[in-house]
Amino acid sequence: MKLALSLTLLTAALGLASLMLGYAPLPPRAVLGGLVGAGDPLHVMVMQEIRLPRTALAVLVGAALGLSGAAMQGYLRNPLAEPGLIGVSGSAALGAVIALQSGLAAAFALALPLTALLFALGAVGLILLLAGPRGGSLTLILAGIAVSALAGALTSLALNLSSNPYATFEIVFWMMGSLADRSLSHLALAAPLIALGGATLLTLGRGLDALTLGEDGAQALGISMTSLRLRLLFGTAAAVGAATAVAGAVGFVGLVVPHLLRPLCGARPSRLLWASALGGAAMLLTADIAVRLVLPERDLKLGVVMALIGAPLFLHLIYKTRRAG
Amino acid sequence: MSLLALDQLTVTRGQCPVVDSVSLTVEPGECVGLIGPNGAGKTTLLRAALGLLPHRGRSSLATLSARDRARAAAWLPQSREIAWPVTVETLVALGRLPHDSRAGRVQARAVETALERMELGAFRHRKATALSGGEQARVLIARALAQEAPLLLADEPVAGLDPASQIFTLQVFEALAREGHAVLVSLHDLTLAARHCTRLVLLDRGRVAADGPPLEVLTEARLAEVFHLRGHMLETPHGPLLQPLDVLR
Repeated sequence: MKLALSLTLLTAALGLASLMLGYAPLPPRAVLGGLVGAGDPLHVMVMQEIRLPRTALAVLVGAALGLSGAAMQGYLRNPLAEPGLIGVSGSAALGAVIALQSGLAAAFALALPLTALLFALGAVGLILLLAGPRGGSLTLILAGIAVSALAGALTSLALNLSSNPYATFEIVFWMMGSLADRSLSHLALAAPLIALGGATLLTLGRGLDALTLGEDGAQALGISMTSLRLRLLFGTAAAVGAATAVAGAVGFVGLVVPHLLRPLCGARPSRLLWASALGGAAMLLTADIAVRLVLPERDLKLGVVMALIGAPLFLHLIYKTRRAG
Repeated sequence: MSLLALDQLTVTRGQCPVVDSVSLTVEPGECVGLIGPNGAGKTTLLRAALGLLPHRGRSSLATLSARDRARAAAWLPQSREIAWPVTVETLVALGRLPHDSRAGRVQARAVETALERMELGAFRHRKATALSGGEQARVLIARALAQEAPLLLADEPVAGLDPASQIFTLQVFEALAREGHAVLVSLHDLTLAARHCTRLVLLDRGRVAADGPPLEVLTEARLAEVFHLRGHMLETPHGPLLQPLDVLR
């Protein structure tokens, strides 16, 4: 309970800070007024169409990545698992690259995230086809690695054959991940899918708890592994697919956040699910605030900052584990 | 009413039958020992009986829904897996998953009883992964007991335990049987099986070679034929003692 409260407060405080922060300095009164549509129309525009989508997307994308990371680690019973393992983010990136390369992205605003999303769902379909609905966790990982590798190779191929240097430039920057210049329509596209995926992943708690005893033990406790696996794949595809589609590839959240919060949850996979969702939101908000504070004029990319925060944290955790072991 | 009824249960791996037309029933009050050499099909039989493996023939447990089956039988797998550093209490409480989670007090009492029974009260707040192998085994048995199912299926629960813990574990199973539960336990230690089980089922290459009271099943002829062992069964004031003497080639 205490953990839930502190994580919620932390996320709320960071969310507020993110709303206060932007290219044009606004007084706190204008920020709040602008949010509810009162005051200077320019402030209203800045708040509702620029800062609100950005902050809301940071919360949603962070929550999606943290939650699916916790679910994936719980399912595979491996603290090194992350949502990208099943190839969803790699395939979403491939979809985005194709949209940028083919010029589809310029045709209409949501072409890029929609293509990315389509590819993410396609990847899960392919994995199900490869691993089979009854396949064990090992076949799932192998299928995920195969799909990731294929998506990575095709992305490189698209870059390799690119005749348009501007498209190449855009692709490289898109792949670094960012929440800058996202609109309400991005939010409208991602929010329902992340909510649906997140709600699906939150139903996994019982099953993941039971999996502490291994697959045999969990099944004997009345958990259907087939249903668990399907819900995990669908939830991850929807949440991470939508997150990657609007924000690009943002790594480390799904890996580091569950790892960081596990000791605070008594290592229980079901508690770790919602805790990681909140923790992921807080971490991504922090990174997105850092992006805007550190080098505001250079358009620092979110994925880059996230990795710069995440990798040392991860190293620290490994160091602590080594001492404990 | 029997708690487990297997009828012509058969499991094949490729063409080869690993469990071959096994029929048996387990009644309340029985502590049935499942014995047989390595590869005789003990684990496969237990897992198929639970419906965890595709099989032919019928198992009364496999026909139940997953939830009902979890209330009818608890399963103690041979691999002692504890994936996360949860506390002993949390781990034991996993046994309550198949039951209605709203009945909080009933849940807590079941966990308490199981902890007491396995003498784990002092360990309750310790991390399960930080315990020794033998202690972990006891925690996992407590987890299965907390499920409070009428039937307990245990796959080599005493493997790797010290002698006192082995006897202690089987005494817990005997007590369960006396209380009207039933236990089907696979064992390698034939003396323990003879002394603590009410009945033994001897598996040989997937088939039931013998099924009956321990002293009738463990004859010297069967030891030679199934286990390739020369052994001696001693009737003592302390009950039957079986001493394996030599390997027959």
